[in-house]
Amino acid sequence: MRSLERVDKRLTNGLALGVIWLAAITTVAALGAILLYVVVNGIGSLTPAFIFTWPHGVNMEGGIWPTIQSTVYVTALAMLITTPVAVLAAVYLAEYAVQGRLVRTIRFAADSLASVPSIVMGLFGLAAFVEGAGLKFSVLAAALALSFLLLPIVMRTTEEAIRSVPRYARWGSYGLGATKWQTVSRIVLPSATPRITTGVILAAGRAAGETAVVIYTMGTMINAPLFPSDGGRTMPVHLMLLAQDGINLHAAYGTALVLVLMVLAFNIVARWVSRRNRSMQG
Amino acid sequence: MTDKLASQDPGDVLSAGADKFTVDGLDFFYGAFNALSGIDVRIKEHAVTAFIGPSGCGKSTFLRCLNRMNDLIPGTRCEGKVRLDGHDVYGPGVDPADLRRRVGMIFQQPNPFPMTIYDNVAYGPRLHGMRKRADLDAVVEESLKRANVWKEVKDILGRGGLTLSGGQQQRLCIARVLAVEPEVLLMDEPCSAIDPTSVQKVEDLMAELKDRITIVIVTHNMQQAARVSDYTAFFLQELAGEAAHLIEFDRTATLFTTPRDRRTEDYITGRFG
Repeated sequence: MRSLERVDKRLTNGLALGVIWLAAITTVAALGAILLYVVVNGIGSLTPAFIFTWPHGVNMEGGIWPTIQSTVYVTALAMLITTPVAVLAAVYLAEYAVQGRLVRTIRFAADSLASVPSIVMGLFGLAAFVEGAGLKFSVLAAALALSFLLLPIVMRTTEEAIRSVPRYARWGSYGLGATKWQTVSRIVLPSATPRITTGVILAAGRAAGETAVVIYTMGTMINAPLFPSDGGRTMPVHLMLLAQDGINLHAAYGTALVLVLMVLAFNIVARWVSRRNRSMQG
Repeated sequence: MTDKLASQDPGDVLSAGADKFTVDGLDFFYGAFNALSGIDVRIKEHAVTAFIGPSGCGKSTFLRCLNRMNDLIPGTRCEGKVRLDGHDVYGPGVDPADLRRRVGMIFQQPNPFPMTIYDNVAYGPRLHGMRKRADLDAVVEESLKRANVWKEVKDILGRGGLTLSGGQQQRLCIARVLAVEPEVLLMDEPCSAIDPTSVQKVEDLMAELKDRITIVIVTHNMQQAARVSDYTAFFLQELAGEAAHLIEFDRTATLFTTPRDRRTEDYITGRFG
């Protein structure tokens, strides 16, 4: 009876391990499959000319440069708008607000905002910024709509980063007669910066890959935007339209590859930043 | 309990010397829990006062009442009077930041900031407006010397404070506090997480500092209290869930040789705690 139980336990243990391992492999395999698919189909199009020239005709030939410029521009502007607001809001939530119902409500609102479907955010951006505020289809309208999507993400990661700064570090500062703002600005935020940066970079990756929001706020016109009031077409939108038309699937895969590489680069940089932080504090 | 000190012989040594802190009828609450009750104590200027007692007897909590560090813990409340040089530290118009500059604090866990040794020590003076490099250099050197750590770090001031050993970190933290020239230094079990050599150095510097600074140290090490302090206060929470009290307060020599209270005697002879 006893030995039977032991066999049973060992069996369960082995099974559990197998299932967990399988789940882990599936995650990696999913990423691998997507990368492989995009690389195999897109690598043929990936030439310097493809990256640095404009499309010709009905997008039959040529490169994708204006879409890269549009993507980088709108992402950078969205982060420029989002980051200060999100960081200050997180500082308020983590350091200043009396922890209670109000803070719980704000947090719940932020989490809800983060789960609003991006197509809804796109429609809101169209109504509020493109038409309401008269910004037309523009980088600025898209950046504002994107920042609604990114605000809760950056805010929550920043809040976590701030909370992870040890209590002892704050006390050391207060114990020297520092005010709250002195402690927050000179000890807490510098200590939390690497983790905040990681969150910001990951959010930038999210912004660069967003389709639904930008299509309704920035339009689909192929353009290399110079001013925030200019319109444009980002890579994801370009990819979607190419795939829809089915005229130039090679360019679609090429665009997909550039986009994936860009987002992957964001992720790698984010990891590197958080690694460097860990080794510096250790 | 409250009249314990009042009942002492008026010619008692405790009435000699200036009082830096006077505490009357202090009660402290964590939410609804009354953690400390009826604390009366006088802390003498330019002396070392030790708080002893078993874990959880509220000695660290009481220490934090003296510079309002407990204000930072949500849901806590303090009743009664705490006076520094005769002024109520919980009175209206008192800025806790000013109070904490005058009443510095050292924690159990050394807590250098993630910056260079130099910047750690210069942090306080910079907070309070010192900008000139020469002034800062002088304060940094002077403070590190007084904290007994100058010789070990004088050539590596640009290195991160967190790269030092635990004991050096603790002395760096002491230097950091000394740099803002506090009148009182509160030390919350400063030696419990550091190596014996550093313990010796910290105890030495306490003896050197007390000419200019009033020191209060919380320790669970009775030998340390006996070695370093002039006065000792014994705290005890007699029943779990009840408030802790100050059982006895006296000159260290007296308290350790001829304690008046049976509970003090039981504690210092190692019968509990």
